[in-house]
Amino acid sequence: MVTEIKMPQLGESVTEGTIARWLKAPGDRVKRDEPLVEIVTDKVNAEIPSTVAGVLSEIHTPEGTTVAVGHTIALVETESPVAAAAPHSAPAGDGHPPIDRAEHARRGPRPEAEHDEGEGPSEAAPDALAKRSSPLVRRLAKDHRVDLSQVEGTGLGGRVTKEDILAYVARRDAAHIPDQAITVPSAEMAAAAAPEVPSRLESAAPPVAEPPAAIAPDGVEPGAVPAAGVRPEPGDRVEPVSAVRRTIAQRMVRSHQTIPDAWLMVEADVTGLVRRREGAKEEFRRREGIDLTYLPFIAKAVVESLKDNPIVNSTWAEDRIMMKGQVNLGIAVALDDGLVVPVVHRADERSIAGLARAIADLATRARAGKLSPDDVQGGTFTLNNSGAFGSMASHPIINHPQAAILNMETITRRPVVVGGPDGDAIAVRSMMNLCMAFDHRVMDGAQAGRFIQAVRQRLERIRPDTPIY
Amino acid sequence: MAVKNIVESVRDTLGEEMARDERVIVIGEDVGVKGGVFKATAGLVERFGEERVIDAPLAESSIIGVAIGAALNGLRPVAEIQFADFIYPAMDQIVSEAARLRYRSNGAFGCPIVIRVPFGGGVHGALYHSQCVEALFFHVPGLKIAVPSTPADTKGLLATAIRDEDPVLFFEHKKLYRRVRGEVPDGEHTLPFGQAEVRRPGDDLTIITYGAMVHVALEAAEQLARESVAAEVIDLRTLVPLDKQTVADSVMRTSRAIVLYEDNRTGGVGAEIAAILAEEFFEHLDAPIVRVAAPDVPAIPYSTPLEEAFLPNVAGVVAAARRLVAY
Repeated sequence: MVTEIKMPQLGESVTEGTIARWLKAPGDRVKRDEPLVEIVTDKVNAEIPSTVAGVLSEIHTPEGTTVAVGHTIALVETESPVAAAAPHSAPAGDGHPPIDRAEHARRGPRPEAEHDEGEGPSEAAPDALAKRSSPLVRRLAKDHRVDLSQVEGTGLGGRVTKEDILAYVARRDAAHIPDQAITVPSAEMAAAAAPEVPSRLESAAPPVAEPPAAIAPDGVEPGAVPAAGVRPEPGDRVEPVSAVRRTIAQRMVRSHQTIPDAWLMVEADVTGLVRRREGAKEEFRRREGIDLTYLPFIAKAVVESLKDNPIVNSTWAEDRIMMKGQVNLGIAVALDDGLVVPVVHRADERSIAGLARAIADLATRARAGKLSPDDVQGGTFTLNNSGAFGSMASHPIINHPQAAILNMETITRRPVVVGGPDGDAIAVRSMMNLCMAFDHRVMDGAQAGRFIQAVRQRLERIRPDTPIY
Repeated sequence: MAVKNIVESVRDTLGEEMARDERVIVIGEDVGVKGGVFKATAGLVERFGEERVIDAPLAESSIIGVAIGAALNGLRPVAEIQFADFIYPAMDQIVSEAARLRYRSNGAFGCPIVIRVPFGGGVHGALYHSQCVEALFFHVPGLKIAVPSTPADTKGLLATAIRDEDPVLFFEHKKLYRRVRGEVPDGEHTLPFGQAEVRRPGDDLTIITYGAMVHVALEAAEQLARESVAAEVIDLRTLVPLDKQTVADSVMRTSRAIVLYEDNRTGGVGAEIAAILAEEFFEHLDAPIVRVAAPDVPAIPYSTPLEEAFLPNVAGVVAAARRLVAY
């Protein structure tokens, strides 16, 4: 029997994907869960495993071609269902083709959880997408960013009707759950969530695949809506908006429109940090093969301060605030054509060196376009190295639905007044500004201030002997 | 306001318009001495004389040809085609002459004629006295088409038609002539063309219709309401110009549409409305557009059970609505 392999949905709001490379040729045998094809989307690249075992019989979508989610990209001839599912039962030629049993074997006993580790083509999504939806329902799903496979249909043959999707959106909005996740969180994530939170909320809550938190100049809003009356003048160059750009724009607008943010800035004396790094960087490079930058030091101070100030590591959900059990630190990485925010999961369990390695790895893969969906999902707080652009102060936009974001600004040597045993004096110190934007629904200036002061104090306590491992 | 039936409303409006404007004349078979086979012109010849109420020979082509000529010479003829079924001999005059005069003369000449056309089935008229012909003219640019369903609309639309500078086909449903009664405004009452009327509001589905089927739709909506299905009924009132806005506003709200028309299903007015919905409002539809119409059979049968089976009815609309709501 033939199984259709469909373009999976590789993240919320992803509607299409491009075949980068077929890893199997027609005629090749493929095992279940064996990588079959590499797919590129505007968000992530992923190897897609086969949903079934069999022989790749036809490739419908050649490399380099972009098709919509749910489109059949290949056919896999599965082994005789009898042989695959129950080798010793159902003798052939008994006049009762074991279709039903095969179907059962293929679908029935397969636990969802087994495949919900965030990979793309869990069989549930294409199956649901294969259901016919009306034009209106499809438009509503797009407008409200709903994964239709998550909506229970009451129409003909289980079809999702207009009423079904509107009711779903109303419930979702009431709970202020962020846009539909297509992947269900890993079991450990679910387990880590607060037990009193209803399970439906849990499953949708982890902010998935939300790349860009970024520095955007205050007041400049990359609108998702085309500006009326904007006409090119002669000599202007007009470029279409890329998929990445559009995603960034939508997210910026959403953050700007839904989060009442406030920001504050503190100045940190990082002379000790500069000396610590100077003293360690040569050996670190030799030992680890990567540069020791300031970023992991700041990251360490941030995650430790988040542990002490859990309100900053949280999400606003209208009638409740969800303080996240893990500290998953998003690191903004500038790309040639945009921005992506890969996530260091469980950043609080890493040393400075461990953070350095994780960040270097994510940044390298981000620039190579090799991030997996997991790499960009689940962030609980975002750190942005705006200082890399020479910025002294900036107002970051919060990475919705997180509650806060921190920008580390450029380090400059400046004369500052320092207190000494002989009274005040002027000294040359390395200074850095830390700029933080926070969701004022979740916290007030006092809590935000406590957090950023904690970061500052941790940075200022760094000495030449501060451990890196 | 007086309560009238539709045929009385036609007659009184003709009288009022003839009294208001001496250029208005009436021409047709038996419209004078007999007062029309449906009595829609009764009393006019006595009141306005044979020069303005003209009994014509049984020659529809000539009736419309004369009307066009009179219109070009400054009169406002209201021609009657006794039964829609007899309009075909006048096809050439209507389609090739009246409809195209404005265009052909680069806007210099209009053709201000009204062609009153009693039409429709359900009156045991059989093959030659039951036809719906509006789709044939709906296809032709240059013709306006009004199809009233109430006595008040009959007055308002007929007065507007007579005052229009271009040809108007005015379809009067024979079954409604004496069956529908209602208040008709006294004195001056005109209704602009291209304004559909929501006869009954509802949020679950939209029934778009005109003519006698408006009353079928209302009855069906009443029945559906008892099943907690709220059907909105839109009476188009004029087919050309077509009030797309009212239809769109409703369907964008209900997301489901039934197009109901008495004509044969294929190529009917409802087919065009369904096409507009599919083309322009695709993303607002949550279910297929359903046409409820007469079958593609050459003619309405005479036998009562067969005639009833032929015509779209309340049960058919209710069944279609149930399917749509469950879709």
